[in-house]
Formats: sequence, C-alpha cells, structure tokens
Amino acid sequence: MPEPAHGRPVAHVKDPGASGHAVDGTAPRGTDAAARRRRDRRSRRYRRDVRWSPYAFVAPFFLFFLAFGLFPLLYTGWASLHRVELTAPTDMEWVGLRNFSRLLEDEFFWNALRNTVTIGLMSTVPQLLMALGIAHLLNYRLRGSMFFRVAALTPYATSVAAATLVFVLLFGRDYGMVNWALGLVGIGDVDWQNGQWTSQLAVSTIVIWRWTGYNALIYLAAMQAVPKDLYESAALDGASPWQQFIHVTVPSLRHTILFTCVVSTIGATQLFGEPLLFSGGAGATGGADHQFQTLGLYLYEQGWVNLHLGRASAIAWAMFLILLVVGAVNWLIARRLGKSA
Amino acid sequence: MRRTAILAVVVALGAALLSGCAKDSEEPGDAAYDSGGGEGRTTITVGVFGAFGLREAGLYEEYMKLHPDIRIKQTSIQRNENYYPQLLTHLSTGSGLADIQAVEVNNIAEVTATQADRLVDLGRTEGVSKDAFLGWKWAQGTTKDGKTVGLGTDIGPQGICYRKDLFAKAGLPTDREEVGRLWTGDWNKYLETGRKYQARAPEGTSFVDSASGVLAAVTGSNEKRFYDESGEIVYKESPAVKQAWDLAAAFATERLTGRLQQFTPSWDQAMSNGAFATVSCPAWMLGHIQDKAGAAGKGKWDVAAAPRPGNWGGSFLVVPKTGDHTAEAAKLAAWLTAPEQQAKLFTERGSFPSAEAAYALPAVADAKHPYFGGAPIGKIFSRAAQDVPVQIVGPKDLIIAQNLADIGMLQVDQKGRSPEEGWDAAVKAIDNALDE
Repeated sequence: MPEPAHGRPVAHVKDPGASGHAVDGTAPRGTDAAARRRRDRRSRRYRRDVRWSPYAFVAPFFLFFLAFGLFPLLYTGWASLHRVELTAPTDMEWVGLRNFSRLLEDEFFWNALRNTVTIGLMSTVPQLLMALGIAHLLNYRLRGSMFFRVAALTPYATSVAAATLVFVLLFGRDYGMVNWALGLVGIGDVDWQNGQWTSQLAVSTIVIWRWTGYNALIYLAAMQAVPKDLYESAALDGASPWQQFIHVTVPSLRHTILFTCVVSTIGATQLFGEPLLFSGGAGATGGADHQFQTLGLYLYEQGWVNLHLGRASAIAWAMFLILLVVGAVNWLIARRLGKSA
Repeated sequence: MRRTAILAVVVALGAALLSGCAKDSEEPGDAAYDSGGGEGRTTITVGVFGAFGLREAGLYEEYMKLHPDIRIKQTSIQRNENYYPQLLTHLSTGSGLADIQAVEVNNIAEVTATQADRLVDLGRTEGVSKDAFLGWKWAQGTTKDGKTVGLGTDIGPQGICYRKDLFAKAGLPTDREEVGRLWTGDWNKYLETGRKYQARAPEGTSFVDSASGVLAAVTGSNEKRFYDESGEIVYKESPAVKQAWDLAAAFATERLTGRLQQFTPSWDQAMSNGAFATVSCPAWMLGHIQDKAGAAGKGKWDVAAAPRPGNWGGSFLVVPKTGDHTAEAAKLAAWLTAPEQQAKLFTERGSFPSAEAAYALPAVADAKHPYFGGAPIGKIFSRAAQDVPVQIVGPKDLIIAQNLADIGMLQVDQKGRSPEEGWDAAVKAIDNALDE
C-alpha cells in the first residue's frame, strides 16, 4: 500500500529524485555540497509548505465565514444598538441598549419565545424518539434496506415551502383532509390554524415529518458501530430484543443522542419557514392571535414587515444569546454523561 | 459497475432537481422571450408582485414588436408583503433592482417620501401627460417638491361580486341592477341584505367571504382613513374607520361571513366551491375570481355596484436611477401607463385604468365581462371611479390596514372575540409596529 505523499515529510526523504545523488559516490564533492544545499533548501521549503499550506487550504472557508458569517453577526450587533429603519439603512441613531431593554417588556417577544419553546418541545421530543425507533428497525437485516433508508430521507430533501403548502391544505378547516378523517371517527371540525395548541401541534407535525428520517439515519450510522458481540452476549444472558434496545443500543448511542439533541434544539430555536408558510402566506404575524409566531417569525416581522432593523437585530442577538445558554446547558449535561460513562 | 450505476442515478436526480428549480423560478412565458432574443438588444427588466397582468395582457410582446431592439424580462414575487421589503433593501444598496419596479398604493406614500432621490422623475419623460391621469392618482406618486416618481397603473374602484345561483336560492333578486338597488348608498343596507340572505341561505354557504374584506371595502370608500391632511396618524379616532369597524364586526358577530382570510389557500378553495355569495370586488378582483373559481364558476358570478363608491388597491411603476437603461425604462414605463395600454390591461385582466383619458375609449366604455354574465364592467367601474373620494394616503397605510384586518378583525371573525377585544389587539400590534 503506497503512502500518499502529501503532507508527509518521511515520504519525501525516500524520494529517489532527492536522495539519488547522495548515495552516488562518484559525484564530485562540490556538487555534493551544492546538492545538500539544494536539498536543505528544498526541505526548508517543504517544511514551510507542510506547515502553512493547510492554512491556505482552510482559508477559503474562513474568508467566507468572515465575510458572510462574522461580519453580519458583528454588524447586526452594531445595528442592534441603534434606531435604524429599512427605508434608510445608513441613517443610524445611537440608542444604547434601548432595543434590548424594551424586549423585556415586549409582550410579543415573550409570546414568541413561549411559542418557540412549546413548539420546540412538541416537535423535538417525539421526533427524536421516533427516529430512534425507526433507526432500530432499519438496523435489522431488511430486504431492500437501501430503499427504506432513502425513503426515510426524502422528507428532509423536500423543500419546506412545498411541504408546508401541502400541510396547509391537509390542516384546512373547511376542506382539510385531517378534519375529514377526524369526521369519520365522529370528531367535529377542528380549526387547526386558530387554536393555540392545535396550530402549534400542526406546525410541530410538519417539523417532525421533515426531520425524523434525517435523525434516524444519524442514529442508524451510530448503531452500526455498536459491537455485535455486545448483542450476542446480551442474547446469551436471555435479554429480549426490547431489553437489548434499552440496555445495549441506547447507552451506546448516548453521545449521538446528545448531538442530535443539540442540533434539534438549535433548529427549533430558529424555526421559521414552517410557521411562516403555515399561515397560508398571510404574512409573518403567526396567526390572528400570534398563536404560532416563533422568535424567527417575530424577527422577520420586525425587520421586514415593520422595517425596524435595529429592533430586529436586537431580537437576533437575543436569540443568539439564548442559543449560547442552551449550548452551555447541553455541554454540562454532556460532561456529566461523559463522567458517568 | 454498481458504483457507477448509483453515481449515474445521483447525477440524473441532481440534474432533474436543478432543472426543476430553474423552471420554478422563472415565469411560464419567459422561454418565449428568451428564444426571441437576438444579439445586441437592450434588455429591460420589470419587477412586479402578484399576477400584475402587464405580461398576461400581452403588453410586453406588443412593445417588443414596436421596438425590435428592446427585450423585456419580468420577475414576480407573489405577495407584496415579501416584495416590498426587498424593493426597499435593493433601493438602499442600489443593486439587485429591475429597471422598472411596481409599487402598491399602500406603499406609494412611503416611497415618494423616502426614496424619491433614488428614483427617476418620470413627470418629464416624453409621452407622459399629467392630464391623462386621475388627479389624485397623479398626486400620490408625486413628491412635495413636484417630482413625479411613480406613474399610476391601475386603481381599484369597487363593485360587489355575487353568485347569482346562491342569490336565487335565497330568494334574492339576481339581476345586477336590482341587486345594486338592494344596497344603494348605504353599507348598512348591505348588512341587511346579508341578514335576509342568511335567513334562507343554501346550507353551507355564507353571505360574504370575510369580515376583513368588508372592513377593507368600507374604509376604502372614505377620504380620511388612517392619516389626516397634516400627515398625523388618526385611525384610532377616525369616524370612517370606526364605522367600517363596527359594520364589519356586525357581519362577524352575526355569523354572516365564511370566516375566511383573504388570499389564503382556504379562501381560494371556498371560492371554487361556491361557499360564499358575495365579495367586495375592486376591479382587479375579477381576474382573481376568474382564476380561482375556474370554469365551474362561469356564468354563476356577476358584478353589481357597491353601496358607496370606493377604492381598494392599485399600483404604480417607478424607475430606479441605478439602472443601466433608465431612459429606455422610463420610455417603457410611460408607454405601459399610457391610456391605450391601460385600456388594454382592463380588457384583458380587469385592472381598471388610472388614466381618466382611457374611460372614453370604447375598450373601456363598452367593456363587458363574459365570465361575469357579460356584466358591463366598463360602465360599472367608470361610474365608481369617478365618484371615488380622494383618499389621503400615508407612509404606514399598509401596516395599519394589515394589522386591522389580519389581527383585529380576524380575531373577531375567526376566534369569536368581541369587537372591543379585537380592536385592542389590533391597536396594540399597530403601536408595536409603528414603534410608539
């Protein structure tokens, strides 16, 4: 198996082109010294190359990150300290922390935060549980397992807009299929969009539908790395498949589960497309009573409907800070899990 | 072998997806213009919202035939709520703009007040005649120092569209003159007709689609709505808004509405299922009904005069200064808004001209709409347009109107809240939106 030459100095020394002269005794001494100098120069250049080229290789990402990640973040922070309108974005008036302090008494902000948390819980918890179950099933030897794996991923590949428009029709009050099905079992028409809980449940359904398969595949990948002998010995001890799942699979997936929890939490905090489109394209209010307006939607409403860029920036930063807190909590949990493992 | 097969499938799928996206983002008719385009032509882009109708009415094609060196491309964003913020950002950065951009009447005051420096003064463009337009329409697109940055396209004089079959079943007259007489001069008579309808209504139908629609229609028939002459926000005390609110709320509390939200999928579905008997019909609504109610609704719909003349909606064209072809774009904008073209837009799409000079043209004066039982829409809407009160528009009209309709009145209509609760919720949302 030949070693790849890139980034490995050892491989270079073995290179016959570089060391050929050194073993050739007939070469004159002067040439030998020149060859050594050349070799030294080459190896210096090589060391520099080895040392710095990785930075060159990762540079594009970081340059783009600086331009499209860090700069907007900092600029948003700067804008959040100003009163600035979309009609005149260059016209900024310093207001200090006013935009943040007013969030504390902004009932629309708190409402949005509450909705974000409830929709987040209603979608993340069942989603991850179902994903775990589906992954467990896919982990069995199945005929056409590839088909099921791809099928599990298709909702994730569907565009939010397309999926949500279908769900809007499904959850329609007058002509929706969900209500039609409920009618068959004798439950009267539910006004999905207008109820506090019903609307949030409907939005959660879209999220669950989209992300369950995606998480299931992540779990499946982790499951396949679990050593088979663990299952064999568990089976020898008389553990049922269910017991094996609880006592072997789940503990082995602890870190993967934590990872999906973190990613799903971030996703839930930023939830935007589903609630926006669930109102049938009727704007960013999140229903007549703001009943399914999430933080992302409120941010959009402040910035792009009401045109207050400063206030929208403050909401963006508040969301960022909330995510940092959530991240810290997750990290603490992860550390405890790591210790107990 | 297996790997190459999978790779081939992936590539094929990817290509299909990509081409699918590309098709999605372009308008159905674009290909025709692309294939027709030769080298060395000037391309003028037009940015609009919704189904604006300029292309659908064949105006671009006609202009390109008259000017073989010009190519016109249009981009469209469905809802003005999404279109307008984008227009503002593009104006402020001076990039990403089309050569001609449409502006909705609820935004025109803000655009003329804050963006005039970035727009071409179209009042001086060759072929633009101030006298051709309705005075108030011209004034709305003109700044305080006399620069006309927006040329009026259509306006929204109102009628009431109604279903003849449902009216007949409820024992009401079906002839459009008689129907108009049911409520002439007074919106309260419209409410009374609603009560009569609902008493004998075919099952599963309601008199009107939504309370918010009534609200918009009634506020649209008043001169002073959300702002007063000095530019102060007065909607909270405005008697016109109060009257409109109370009337719309009466429709909601007496259950005369279909409890729908306009321009949502359920509203369209209800329209195609014939679930409501009337809807306030600015001229541009005719095209919408025709699209959504489809072939099944043909001959069932008709148009009658509204209780009082009012205006709801309408648009303008502006030309940003940063464009590469501002002179050509201004010429095109002038041509598109000239009386003859406005008349054509009316014949094809039902968008009513803001150019008063077009009303006398036979295309408008004798216009009949086959979908609406051959209703003489030219006469109905001309009469309404000439009696429309000259409305005071303000920079935040859109936000006020939207929150009154989609928060306040929607709560009364769909959630069964009391009119007072709905009003308070709307005021709270508007205060928050206006930063007060």
